[in-house]
Formats: sequence, C-alpha cells, structure tokens
Amino acid sequence: MQLVKRRPLPPQLTRVRAGGLLPLLAILAVLLVLVAVRQPDFLAPASLMSFLGRSAPIILLAAGQYFVIVSGEFDLSVGSLVTAQVVVAARLIDSDPSRTWPVVLVLLAGGVLVGLVNGLITTRLRVPSFITTLGMFLILVGAVYLWSNGAPKGGLSEEFRRFGRRAFEDVPVFGRVPYALVVLLVLATLAVLLMRSDFGRILVAVGDNARTAELSGARVRRTRTIAFMLSGLAAAVAAILIGGYSGVSFQAGAGLEFGAITAVVLGGVALGGGRGSVVGAMLGALTLELLFTLMNFYGVSGALRPTVQGAIILFAVAVSSRRSTSR
Amino acid sequence: MSLLSLRPARRPVPGVFVALTITLALGWLIVMIDGGQLFNQSTTVSLLHVAAGLGLVAVGQTLVILGGSLDLSVAYVISLSTLVAAETMNGSDGALLPAVALALTVSAAVGLLNGLLVTRLRINAFIATLGVGLLLKGYLDNGYDGPAGSTSPGLVQSLGYQRIGPVPLSFLLLLAVTGACWFALARTRFGHHLVAVGGDPEVARLSGVRNDRVLVIAHVLCSLCAGLAGIYLASRLGSGAPRVGTEGLYDLESIAAVVIGGTALAGGRGGVLGTLGGVLLLASIDAIFNQLEVDAFFKQVIRGAIIIAAVAVYARRAMRKAAV
Repeated sequence: MQLVKRRPLPPQLTRVRAGGLLPLLAILAVLLVLVAVRQPDFLAPASLMSFLGRSAPIILLAAGQYFVIVSGEFDLSVGSLVTAQVVVAARLIDSDPSRTWPVVLVLLAGGVLVGLVNGLITTRLRVPSFITTLGMFLILVGAVYLWSNGAPKGGLSEEFRRFGRRAFEDVPVFGRVPYALVVLLVLATLAVLLMRSDFGRILVAVGDNARTAELSGARVRRTRTIAFMLSGLAAAVAAILIGGYSGVSFQAGAGLEFGAITAVVLGGVALGGGRGSVVGAMLGALTLELLFTLMNFYGVSGALRPTVQGAIILFAVAVSSRRSTSR
Repeated sequence: MSLLSLRPARRPVPGVFVALTITLALGWLIVMIDGGQLFNQSTTVSLLHVAAGLGLVAVGQTLVILGGSLDLSVAYVISLSTLVAAETMNGSDGALLPAVALALTVSAAVGLLNGLLVTRLRINAFIATLGVGLLLKGYLDNGYDGPAGSTSPGLVQSLGYQRIGPVPLSFLLLLAVTGACWFALARTRFGHHLVAVGGDPEVARLSGVRNDRVLVIAHVLCSLCAGLAGIYLASRLGSGAPRVGTEGLYDLESIAAVVIGGTALAGGRGGVLGTLGGVLLLASIDAIFNQLEVDAFFKQVIRGAIIIAAVAVYARRAMRKAAV
C-alpha cells in the first residue's frame, strides 16, 4: 500500500500537483482581492505588468532554489551570489556600453560555475549542502568586499540596465511589457518543460529517495550537481535584472536566499526533497511579492514587514502540514 | 545500551581538538615569524571573549541539532535579550537580577514557541525558526534604531570585563554551561532521549520516548543559551543593541561551530565538547588573523573555506569508517 503510494506515475503526479496548488491559489486570490479593494488601479494591465516585472528576480530565484530543494539539498549562497554578480558587473562594465554582452556572458558562466562548485563539494566531498553553501556565502561576500575594497566601483551601462528597467512599449492590450517579464516567461516555460523531461523526473526521484534512485540507475551526484548549477544560473539572471532595476549595492542580494526558500516552501515544496512542483515554487514567490505590495498599499511600516512575513509563512506552512498529516 | 548512547557524545571530540592544536601551533609559528606574539595577555583575553559569546550560542545550538532540529532565530533572540536586559537595568545595579531573569524568561518563551511550532504544528524547524526570527526582526526593526537602555555597571565590571589571570569570567561561564550540557547529554535521561530522537524519531517514539517534550525542552534550552549570550554581549557593550546578533552572524556561525565540532547536522550524533572545540577553533583563527592584520574581508573568505574543509574531512572519515 505504502509502496504504491510513494511511486506515483507521471499522470498522477500532475493531478496531485494541481490539488496541492489549490490553497496557494486561494491565498493568491484573496491577496489580489485585498489589493484591488485598496488600489483598484493595481489590476490595470500596465501596473500589473510592471508588478510582474519587478517580481521576476525573486520568482526566478525561487525556481532555481526549487531544483536544489526538490533534489533534497539547500542553496544558501544565492543571495550573496546576486550581490557578488551585481558588484562584479559594475566593475567589469565600468560604464562602457560595448562591454555589456561579454559581461552578461561572464555573469551567467560565473553563476553556473559557483553552482558547479557547490554541487561538487556537496556530492563528491559529502559536505551537507547547508554547510557548503553557507561557506560559499561567506566566501562570496568576503571576496566581493575584498575585491572592491569595501565600496562598489565602476558603473552599469544603460545597455545592461535595460533588462531590469526597460519595457516593450505600446503592446496591444497589455500596454507596457517589461523585458524582465519576458525573460521570466521564457525561463519559467523552460523550467516547467525541464521538470517534465526525464531530468525533472530523475531530480524528484533523487530527492524523494536517493538510494532507490541510485539503484534504479539514476546518476544521483550528477543530477544534484546540475540542480546547483541551475540555481547558480537563476541567481545570475536575477542579478542582471536586479542590477538593472535597482542599481549597484552591497545589499543587492541580502536575504534573497531566505526569501527564495520561503517562497519555495510557501509553494508547497517539501524541504528534504521529493515533493512539490516548480510552478508551485514560482507561485509561492509571486504570493510573497504580492503580500509585500499589499502591505505597502495598506501603509504597514517597512520595519514591520518581516513580522508579517514571518507570521504568514508560519501560518501557511502550519496549515499545509496539518493537511498532509491528516491525509 | 548505556555504552551505545554514551559513545556518540564522546567520539568526535579528539578530531577538532587535534585541529585546534595544529592551528594554534601553526598560528603561533607564523605570527612569530611575522614578528608578533600570539599568546600574550591581550590576544588570549580577546580570543576567549570571542569564544565566550559564540560559544554560549553554539552550545545551545548543539542541543537542538542533536535532536534533529535547528534554530535560525538565535541571532534575533540575542539582540532581543541585550535590549530586555539593558532596558530593564537602566544603568542601576539594583535591577540586575530582575533584568537577567526577565531577559532569560523572554528568551525561554521564544524557545518554547519554536519548540511548539516544530513539534505540535509539525513545521519544518528551518522554516519555523526562520519565521520566528522574522517576527522578532520586525519587532526589533520597528522599535529600535540604535542602542537602547544601559547595562548596570556591576554587570559590566563582572561578566563584561572581570577576569582571573587571562581567563575572562564570561569564558568560565561558557565552561560551566558546556559542562552542564555535557552532563545533561551524557548522564541524564533527557540527554539520551534527545540523541535518540535525533538519531531516529520513529524508533525513539516506539521505544517510549516522548519526542515532542524532549524537543521542546531542547529548544527552550537553546534559546536560554542565546539569551545568556545576549546578556553577556550587553555587559560588553554597556547597552542593548538591536542588531548585534545578526551583524555577528551568530545564527550561521553557531551552526558552523557545531558542525565543525563533529555534530551531524542531521542529528543524533555529536556533543557539546566538540562544539567547544569548534568555537575555540573559529576564535583562534580569528585571533591569528588579527595578529597578522589580515584584511577583514579576506578573513571571511578563509573562514568560509575552513568551514567547508573541516566538514569535508569529517565526511571523509565517516566514509572510510563505513567502508571498513
């Protein structure tokens, strides 16, 4: 009986997913109604589009974090990676527009490389990923301060910043579609397709039970390493968007790792791996962002944001774990 | 049975102390070549002060990690405790005891909340304590912009700066707390139950251990330790500091110290003596780098690398043991 339950076939998996997303969709709907009551303009296409564009980085980070978490690991290094990437980009570009594309490539490669190192240390040296990525966090923050002597140098080119702050103007129906949103939609589609591919199934299987997956022929270590690389790549894209939107600062990525993990868990993904969908993780991030927007509209002091965030997370996770234990 | 449960608390101790000895010896040599002196009075005192602050937190953290849980809220508990203590004292010695009692009570209450969220509501410890940490962060951010309150002069003179030879009173406090926790783990029913719960909750439950109660107690003790660290920091700083816990990275550093000390992050294996070694190792590296006047940011890079390397060494040994 247990065995049958724990080995869902792909079609069943999709059905379970849809059911699992219902509470989250309900929360999302309630938040939308609350926002609409306070600020009816928010639901106008233009402001909705720009909201989605602003949320793109954290949604991408949540997707990246999802790959790692569903495979049974953690990635605490993404926040520091975003900071490092933004600062590095500013220094390398040094306000020279011609260096934009090479630097974008360097950032993407850098993100993948950091993920590769995280993955290799975790899988080959068998260091718990919590510690690997915590160490990576310290290393990245220290290294980027060291490299820039404590103050960000150089500047981002307008070409670089357009990804984060420009938009396709005068689009019919939608009005203004931020580049960030287009990037998000493309990558989100790729993420969903990836999770439906063989790799995605293996990734979930590895997180569910690494031993079983290994015995069934999955290359556990390689799969997990790739998950870390995807998370690093997501952090690089997020860094490009964040750098464009809000500019260079040592605080660019501060706390994003916990934000992403929170979003993933809010999206119904189990820490420890093997359960949850990438769509859920991304919706979790969207919910979190919507919550912050709502708090802004209702004039909640910025300082109180963490308290409300904490309360919501505890509430949402408590409800979902009650449901899963009663089932 | 008793042998089995005793062994985990002891086995990992030598490793980290060997590393500590080698680090100190190498550090002493390098600092000497550099023309300095590692073991003079002032460096030893500051090393032990650093160790006392981190140590109090890490020893508490060891208890929850042994039980298979985790506490990410300690940094905020520390800040909260400095504020509660300093504001209640308000610079007078008369309010010393009530202030300490109040700070510890508040900390224990946070621990109780953590424990209940983890056990009763079955929220993953990572998320539960992160959430509670966020609750506290909001309270601190909203209520305080900078230092507040004033620590009683008596406490500053005693716990803050009093020392016997080169050994600060605060380090003796750490030794006492470590000793008490070691005793609790190795010699009491609570300790054996905690290790059992961390090792395999289901087996522990079937053997008649009341998992929930054991874990709640561990969380309360962990927060109490963090509260104690807060009182110590208030005595050093002379006032309550709303960001001292987070700026010192006490949450992540304490977990790192525990893991370097040989306690398994998954629970069920390790002990507080190893943690003490881990804390001393981190504090020694800090002291050596200070003596060499290494850039603060470079220090952080090396520290990150050392944490990973130390744990990799443990993992290798565990693998070899499993192979034999």
